[in-house]
Amino acid sequence: MIYSDKVMDHFSNPRNVGVLADADGVGQVGNPVCGDMMTFYIKVKNGHLADVKFQTFGCGAAIAVSSMVSEMAIGKTLVEAMAITNEKVAEELGGLPKNKMHCSNLGADALHEAIQDYRKKRQGGTKDAGLETAPAPAADHDESCCCPYCDGPVEGLKDVCSCRHCDLELVECPECGNYTNKADALCISCGAKIPR
Amino acid sequence: MRRVYLDHIAATPLLPEALDAMLPFLNDRFGNAQSLHAEGQSALEALETARESVARLVNAAPAEIVFTSGGSEANNLAVKGLALAARAKGTHIVLSAVEHTSVLNAAKSLEKLGFTTTLVPVDGAGLVHPGDVEKALTKETVLVSVMLANSEVGTVEPVAEIARVVKGRNILFHTDAVAAAGSLPVDVRALNVDALSLAGDQFYGPKGAAALFLKKGTRVLPLIDGGIQESGRRGGTENVAAIVGFGAAADVARTRMAERAERTAALRDRLLDGLPARVGHVLVTGSRTSRLPHHASFCVEFVEGEAMLLSLDMKGIAVSSGSACTSKSLKASHVLLAMGLDHATAQGSVVFSLIETTAAADVDDVLDAFPPIIDRLRKMSPLYTQFLKEKTP
Repeated sequence: MIYSDKVMDHFSNPRNVGVLADADGVGQVGNPVCGDMMTFYIKVKNGHLADVKFQTFGCGAAIAVSSMVSEMAIGKTLVEAMAITNEKVAEELGGLPKNKMHCSNLGADALHEAIQDYRKKRQGGTKDAGLETAPAPAADHDESCCCPYCDGPVEGLKDVCSCRHCDLELVECPECGNYTNKADALCISCGAKIPR
Repeated sequence: MRRVYLDHIAATPLLPEALDAMLPFLNDRFGNAQSLHAEGQSALEALETARESVARLVNAAPAEIVFTSGGSEANNLAVKGLALAARAKGTHIVLSAVEHTSVLNAAKSLEKLGFTTTLVPVDGAGLVHPGDVEKALTKETVLVSVMLANSEVGTVEPVAEIARVVKGRNILFHTDAVAAAGSLPVDVRALNVDALSLAGDQFYGPKGAAALFLKKGTRVLPLIDGGIQESGRRGGTENVAAIVGFGAAADVARTRMAERAERTAALRDRLLDGLPARVGHVLVTGSRTSRLPHHASFCVEFVEGEAMLLSLDMKGIAVSSGSACTSKSLKASHVLLAMGLDHATAQGSVVFSLIETTAAADVDDVLDAFPPIIDRLRKMSPLYTQFLKEKTP
């Protein structure tokens, strides 16, 4: 099996699936071009995540990641929730296949989007908005980065590099930060337009 | 748990006849087919008998059969070998947009050597139109390659009609018949092709043995330079046991083809009619009328293929999918996109491929297991929620 037992458990019995009609914040990442799309809904009470629900269109990894994120986030303060990273989620799941690390492992990003949405809505409001909290840690693509087509290591600088195996020039997508084929019009991970 | 294996485009079980034929060559008949002593000649005799069997399956002469390690190698040998041998005449290649990656990527390699490629589009059923092939031909064209059947959507292409527009212009014509040979009658003379790929593992032969038919007098540059094996067209010691199994499978395919096709086509049609009837927003992909007899393929809207595949696997049902997530490259199927499907729909690809031992009860299992799986995944899907919202404003 390509997935760990824990991934299969969360895929078969995902926790907290659903929609919160009266959500305080909504976050969405991904799109059908890369195959994965996640929507997170949060309810905030006294600076804590009182409830988290999600919906995911995607592969086994994407569904398991969303479920795991929801479980990790419920009951946490907004600051604690913002500290959940995609890497930590993958770790909690007992690891993910390398080629799923970028595309499917976006659950924490979707949760952070929902928290940002909540903060934006509450801007100028009470302390509950959590505006004083630190920004989300920036994703670091220098470590563990690989070619999105063959999983092999990439060579070159951070912004423009190449995969020797695929004979491709890769660029960082300005939207999601993942590497994608420079020659393509759209990012393979998120579908954003790649500037010429 | 009872397993229902419906992924025969990926692998078929080995026929008992093929296994029996192979075993001596994994035991005492181990000789090298190029050796002059009795052990070698014993292996050579079996190799040539297998060549006759494979030739008979596609109505070729035995000398026109080159054994390869698999369908991908046969396609590479055809595209690269034929184009490079004809390079002095021109450097333009015409392919359909839905070819197997072993054809598309072989052409990509040739582009680095100065060749140019034109991809001929397909219609919504995945069919290539001969007129579109004709429009793509130039004075520089040396090779046209259009597959006989597509393994992702089951569509059988009008290869004989395409040959009619290609031939008489001094252009070579190859067809990738890997998905079709052994399941459909294939006649290289009636198709009027110069080269045709087929693989034994698609019709109950072992993995590791396939062939390229090369019409007598067709020049090809070998991919593997070496000795005099395969008349210098493919170096390397022959995989005698696998080739013998391939030959045995070809013999059985010839005699049982019609019966197999009739059996599987009836069950295939139950799937093609049954799934869209039981679950809404399920499209049949590929042609309904020009279709492989053992192939049923769909796109299920609002869900993703890998999630479907894993869910069916947990219920004991093995299928395949052309979704981005099931491919290691994480790219959506070029076949489905070429047919005009959008990315979201293409992600919901699921393919059932049957064999002669597939039972009515197996299809019943699929029809019962499928609706609750799709229901569960759609309840999780933001695309479905969005669709319902837009439907009921």
